[in-house]
Amino acid sequence: MSETIALPRLEEDVQPRLAVRRVLGVARDAWPRILMPLIIGIASLGAWEIAVVVNDVPPWIVPAPSVILATLLRDWHTLSVSLWITLQITFAALAVAAGLGLLLAILFAQSKWIELSLFPYAVILQVTPIVAIAPLIIIWVNNVKLALLICAWIVAFFPILSNTTLGLNSADHNLRDLFRLYRASRVQELFLLRLPAALPLFLAGLRISGGLALIGAIVAEFVAGTGGQASGLAYRILESGYQLQIPRMFAALFLICVTGIVIFLVLGLIQHLLLRHWHESAIRREG
Amino acid sequence: MAKRFTDGTLALSGVDLDVGQGEFLSLLGPSGCGKSTLLRILSGLIEPSAGSLDWLTAAQQTRGAAQPKLGFVFQEPTLMPWATALANVALPLRLAGMSRSEREDRAASALARVGLAGFETAYPRALSGGMKMRVSIARALVTCPDILLMDEPFAALDEITRFRLNNDLLSIWQEARFTVVFVTHSVFESVYLSERVVVMAARPGRVVREIAIEIPYPRDETFRTSAEYASLCRTVSLGLGEAIAA
Ligand SMILES: Nc1ncnc2c1ncn2[C@@H]1O[C@H](COP(=O)(O)OP(=O)(O)OP(=O)(O)O)[C@@H](O)[C@H]1O
Ligand SMILES: [Mg+2]
Repeated sequence: MSETIALPRLEEDVQPRLAVRRVLGVARDAWPRILMPLIIGIASLGAWEIAVVVNDVPPWIVPAPSVILATLLRDWHTLSVSLWITLQITFAALAVAAGLGLLLAILFAQSKWIELSLFPYAVILQVTPIVAIAPLIIIWVNNVKLALLICAWIVAFFPILSNTTLGLNSADHNLRDLFRLYRASRVQELFLLRLPAALPLFLAGLRISGGLALIGAIVAEFVAGTGGQASGLAYRILESGYQLQIPRMFAALFLICVTGIVIFLVLGLIQHLLLRHWHESAIRREG
Repeated sequence: MAKRFTDGTLALSGVDLDVGQGEFLSLLGPSGCGKSTLLRILSGLIEPSAGSLDWLTAAQQTRGAAQPKLGFVFQEPTLMPWATALANVALPLRLAGMSRSEREDRAASALARVGLAGFETAYPRALSGGMKMRVSIARALVTCPDILLMDEPFAALDEITRFRLNNDLLSIWQEARFTVVFVTHSVFESVYLSERVVVMAARPGRVVREIAIEIPYPRDETFRTSAEYASLCRTVSLGLGEAIAA
């Protein structure tokens, strides 16, 4: 076929993209999203501080935010070591959950039989309360850190597996026909069609699992108790409870919350960066 | 040829159809008469339950291919939302293992042929319905197919866009002269575009009439407004009416 035939160009033309107005490097309309929660947070902390001071509440019942902050700074050394341990377990569990979840979902997508036979066991793993099996795992696995990692992984694994399985199977059927028409191999279909189609759901699963991995790590450590070897933030909370150092308990709790929020935001950012060009969820609507 | 689905629906029965090389053929019929099913059998996506499909062109024999090269345009644009227009058009070449630079060159020229030069890096969601359909057509054309199968490609578009795409399709076809099997349920579209209109009826899906449209190409807006066109449309409409009544 000759390639020379010229059809009239469409009148529609690409609109030059309007420059997003930025203030301090952040898109202008993103500011309320940052400022409003911040204002609420500061206001509630202020109210808390005032309430504690006015009612003369002793710090071993409810410490004032200023006391918690002072404790956080004073005990930063021990707390940061614990934070680091909790972070390690959380991220290792999340990484293993993401990797294994993805691999297993790909395996499920290869054959209905594999999915039929294995999926129920994934569900069993999901519905078994982690507090109930954590003691067993801690007995069976000698290395405390590894035991904690396994517990966190069990909690974090299911959303990634089920979401990715759904995503791999939800590629547009006409597109699958098209791939068949052009005699695409299974590998081509997997990498060019099914994995990209599953990406949004995988990332949504990852975002859920990020929080769950942290919860799993904390809960498992509570169950493991004061083994003393791996002393993450949960261990600090237990320890502070025994020693009635309530401000330190709050400081550790604060670090856990901040970690959770940061994980959530970072995974959200990854999601946005990967999907911003094409997925409906990541696209700003006009008007 | 016949087709019965596993749930027992008899979608096609006793279909006997010859398609000439380089011909522009329309399949016209009421909804549910098995047009899409017939097209999917032609494309090899599904097997007929009885009868067979023979490819008997000299070109095929010399090349020794079991099947000619196909292009398929679905009713919806069926683009990959995560890929740019260029990557979407280049997909068939990529699946065939062509090198990146070559397939991108060819995809870009296919995009230019459907009037979308300059939209290579646009993602599908930034394109209008008509533009997406053009991308879909470019993707079907990029492999230089021997046969282009189109399943109501313009059904979801407004009339103006549809007329424009009709004209563009005709000029591309006149240039390259591949075989086109075009499914539609618009009488006007089938008469305007094709050399032969095959009218189908439902329950069970079958061919009831074939009407030749012996008007030379190029056809353009003067043809669309001519008395000849109107009388042909009337003939085909009557045929379709009989098919629905039958
Ligand atoms: N996968 C399937 N399984 C069972 N029955 C089917 C299947 N696909 C189509 N059919 C049936 O076959 C018949 C013909 O369907 P087909 O999609 O070919 O119609 P069509 O002529 O393309 O209709 P339309 O103009 O609405 O697209 C219909 O009765 C439909 O219900
Ligand atoms: Mg159809």
